[in-house]
Amino acid sequence: MRRGPAFRTVQYLFALAVLLFIMAPVAWMVITSISIHRDIITVPLKIIPRHVTFQRFVDVFTNPENEIAHAFLFAMRNSLIVSASVTLVSLVIGSLASYAFARLRFAFRSSLLYLILFTYMIPSVVVVMPLYLVLSRLGILNTRPTLVLLYLTMSLPFVIWVMQGYFGSLSKTYEESASLEGCSRLQVLWHIYFPMARPGIIATAILSFLIAWDEFFFALVFTSTLEAKTISVAIAEFSGKHYVDYEMIAAGGVIAALPPVLVAVIFQKYIVMGMTAGGIKE
Amino acid sequence: MIDIRRQRLSEQRFAFLILLPAAVVIFGVVLFPLGTTFVYSLQNMELISEEKGKFLGLLNYARVLGAPWFWQALARTLYFSVVSLAVETVLGLLIALLLNTRFAGVGLLRVLVIVPWATPGIVTASVWRWIYNPEYGVLNAVLTRLHILGEYRAWLSDPFLAMNMVIVADVWKMTPFAVIFFLAGLQFISASLYEAATVDGAGVFGRFWHITLPALAPTIAIVAVMRTVEKFKAFDIFYVMTRGGPANGTKVLVYEAYLKAFSNLQYSIASTLSYLIALLVLGLTVAYVKALRRGEMA
Repeated sequence: MRRGPAFRTVQYLFALAVLLFIMAPVAWMVITSISIHRDIITVPLKIIPRHVTFQRFVDVFTNPENEIAHAFLFAMRNSLIVSASVTLVSLVIGSLASYAFARLRFAFRSSLLYLILFTYMIPSVVVVMPLYLVLSRLGILNTRPTLVLLYLTMSLPFVIWVMQGYFGSLSKTYEESASLEGCSRLQVLWHIYFPMARPGIIATAILSFLIAWDEFFFALVFTSTLEAKTISVAIAEFSGKHYVDYEMIAAGGVIAALPPVLVAVIFQKYIVMGMTAGGIKE
Repeated sequence: MIDIRRQRLSEQRFAFLILLPAAVVIFGVVLFPLGTTFVYSLQNMELISEEKGKFLGLLNYARVLGAPWFWQALARTLYFSVVSLAVETVLGLLIALLLNTRFAGVGLLRVLVIVPWATPGIVTASVWRWIYNPEYGVLNAVLTRLHILGEYRAWLSDPFLAMNMVIVADVWKMTPFAVIFFLAGLQFISASLYEAATVDGAGVFGRFWHITLPALAPTIAIVAVMRTVEKFKAFDIFYVMTRGGPANGTKVLVYEAYLKAFSNLQYSIASTLSYLIALLVLGLTVAYVKALRRGEMA
């Protein structure tokens, strides 16, 4: 189709506006994180900083004296451990379940599937009080495994919903010939389904990781010290203090955003596939 | 005959076996507490009350539904959901259409558009709070320099303005989600349809109205229902940006339930409110499934 110069101009102006809207807040966070305090509180504000410092990032990794930097380091570690565990466990448990939904006949199959979808939609606040009472009675508040267990309820429905659709779309011929060859059901799952469903597995793994990394409500309620506190909780805590160190919080924000943003940018193709296949995840 | 039945049975048994781990987690951590919350909502759960544990029937529900704060929080939740969803959908559609055309840099823009969505909610909220800062905020600085604003404003100090500023932050984070869906949907529309319409004399808007929009309608419906559920669940953005304030101007249902449970320790009221939220979400889930089915049929 031929496009006139007027169309071209509108196209580029709109593209520029989109670019600005998307990137300006991120850019401002990065600039704040490497600026010195004096520049940041100058009025009128200089958007391009005159002095640049990377000290805050160095502090996070090397300075246990700086309270906020130290908290960010431990919280990042907790976030990484929890998110990686959630990803791994929900993939194993979730793909087993989704194979059952996709290929096996059993009672209440479709009602169970919709029940799982419904649990995904339940706001955390609805289940939080009984959970709090039970977990505190068991004495397992403020631990990373507890967070992993709680986050599984968010990633599992997603993994199951997407993977059962993915398994269902695979051709049955390989499976049938494999079972004629004498493969057991688990062998079929392991040797046929997993390799064929690799793109689906990658997609759901990434989205599980992102779901766990982004979670805030459960982490806020169920963690209280650096033993288990996640990076989101650490940032929320320091930005709620009366005296706010904006530059340090911006540095924390950069560090917290880096893993999910990198993962999303690198694996964008899989994310789009997983999201549109399952039609879930915020 | 007997053989087939036995095989069926073992298939079912195998299915339940491999479903078990997922079922235990989902039952234990969601469905069981969901039932318990319902029981709480029918009881007197106030810690200091002498009649703690007493069965009250639907009295708590009558209390919540009779309270003005419930309807105010519901109205705020609806306002937040409807406005942010409408803006995200329209903006998402426009950006998707833009990214579906060819121009220098479109590849880069397609990659960058995912960045806000991937940024954690808490980071988004604290960045925007910093942008809105009344004394040192970059929004004030830019708007006064452009002479759009005469003097610095406290963006989060007026109840209604604060809600709208939260919506802007939410739109920033979640518009990419709509863009990704719409862009995927656009790719299924065949170019020959557009060519035929152009031959028939349809302009840009005619093509959009008669081809693009109907083709995207199921996708738009799915995104809208999915997002509405997420809007009802929104918590972190309010927690960091406004804490429900100023003057309760941004206190949505979920935030209200959180405060009732963890700040006021009103367990009965919090459970009842939570249950009403769950019922609303159930309604939305049914709508979602219907939209999905319609999408499959289209």
